Amino acid sequence: MSPELINLIVQATFESLYMVGIAALLGTAFGLPLGVFLATSRKGELFAAPVINRVLGAIVNATRSTPFIILVVAIIPFTRLVAGTSIGSTAAIVPLTIASAPFIARLVEAAIREVDGGLIETASSFGASPIQIVFKVLIPEALPGLLLALTLAVVSLLGYSAMVGAVGGGGLGDLGIRYGYQRFMPEMMLAVVIVLIALVQLVQSAGDYLARRVNRRLRHR
Amino acid sequence: MNAHQSLAVGQPIAPPAAILSAAEPDAMVRLEGISKIYPAYRGKPGVNALQDIDFAIPRGSITGVIGRSGAGKSSLVRLINGLEKPTTGRVIVDGRDISALAGRELRLAQRSIGMIFQHFNLLSSRTAADNIALPLEIAGWAKADIKARVAELLALVGIADKHDRYPSELSGGQKQRVGIARALATRPSVLLSDEATSALDPQTTRAILDLLANINRELGVTIVLITHEMSVVRQLAREVVVLDAGHVVESGHVADIFTHPRHAITQSFLAEAIGDSLPVSLASRIVSEPAAGGQAVIRVQVRGAGAGDTLVARLARELGLDVALLSARIDEIGGQHVGSLVLGIPGGEDAVTRTLAWLSQYQFPAERLGYVA
Repeated sequence: MSPELINLIVQATFESLYMVGIAALLGTAFGLPLGVFLATSRKGELFAAPVINRVLGAIVNATRSTPFIILVVAIIPFTRLVAGTSIGSTAAIVPLTIASAPFIARLVEAAIREVDGGLIETASSFGASPIQIVFKVLIPEALPGLLLALTLAVVSLLGYSAMVGAVGGGGLGDLGIRYGYQRFMPEMMLAVVIVLIALVQLVQSAGDYLARRVNRRLRHR
Repeated sequence: MNAHQSLAVGQPIAPPAAILSAAEPDAMVRLEGISKIYPAYRGKPGVNALQDIDFAIPRGSITGVIGRSGAGKSSLVRLINGLEKPTTGRVIVDGRDISALAGRELRLAQRSIGMIFQHFNLLSSRTAADNIALPLEIAGWAKADIKARVAELLALVGIADKHDRYPSELSGGQKQRVGIARALATRPSVLLSDEATSALDPQTTRAILDLLANINRELGVTIVLITHEMSVVRQLAREVVVLDAGHVVESGHVADIFTHPRHAITQSFLAEAIGDSLPVSLASRIVSEPAAGGQAVIRVQVRGAGAGDTLVARLARELGLDVALLSARIDEIGGQHVGSLVLGIPGGEDAVTRTLAWLSQYQFPAERLGYVA
């Protein structure tokens, strides 16, 4: 493979990492609080607000059921508003964030709901405020689950990022389609797939390792 | 008359109803006219969890609240620690009406109520020391103060060496010690124990109950033991409240309540504690018709301080009968003897009649179980 092609792959890899990294950060920034709220706002819960809970739940479901490629195209005006352009890696971060935030929220909700309700009651009986319960009980106790959720989200984002080539987002997926498929370069396709596999393995291993490290539930002497 | 005096202690003591009355002047916890009704919700019918609850827990006491599952124990706990509001009535803890507080005021009041749980409820993500620090962090203590207090508490509950251990590395007894230290962290005036030993083996249970007794003695903390286990009440409590189907059926000194149980549920708890079944070898020999040269089998209930000590000897001497002791179980609850003797009375119907009359004269409840050859 020529140095030019290798250079293309390196550049595309950085584009992918850039889009996925920033989108994961922003997705978590929106998804984590949203997920905590969804997990604690049903009737009788910490921040009981059943109506808002149902409305937000419906919005999350609607976003999640929209195919990503349609979401990308549908929100182009919004993307232009936020990013100033609708083309390129930076613009691609907008739809990636909008797609990942509700996904992360649902994963966070599930992880938070796994925390033993007895612990919430315990902290309440010590006079902890709802906010204290979130930061001192729910998030630390759910941390292993939260890290695995974030890992899953990053892996999914790597997959999504392949589709933003449709709006000139660049990245590995775009490279694979344009060179590997449209220009009949199977070796390029193969290289792109190998890099993606390696990235997914790396992210998953790192996530598993971190989750294991913070999990004190199963650790033995 | 000596014989009569020493046996008289076996007689019923005056009804103890007044001892835990809500009028108790020096009460740590006072429940006044409490009822708790959970309304019907999504097709599930409503539940009257508690009704007409009126009692006071004396300051500095160890008071047991005993009941079967579903008796209303959990609801009672949640009312006392302010997690729920009563449907009617007031909950006064250390002079403050917990049932009238909300928000920040309630959270402040809750710091004077420590709580330990059946399943310990420790945070798996925190070490023993950090678990104990939690209520102090919540109360906004300074880091250095927390550190000193935690070291003090770990020593108090006897696990100073487990400072950096996570709950998954501790035994059940050690976890409950962390729980106790955590509950005492903010120097509460009352400690609620919600089935705190129900998940522990008998030996560990004994050690934990001893620790609670020490804490009560040394720190003067009022302890409320919510439990379904008679053995816990018997070992530790001086006062007891018996709950059944949302009502207080008896309350008073442990010794009085369990030497003279009036309610069926109290009697069943007592039977659990002292055992009222006959030895198998004896039970299998008992028949309903008298046999020539055999004995009548009579069970005598023994209740009171030293009540049973000389009963058999005196019965034999005064009635001139060769009384056989077939089985006996006498235990001590709150310094009072509680148990039963199973006697074999020879000499036919006349001797049995005289024996029963004699026992009834001295107020020993007795029943004829049958005959053995």
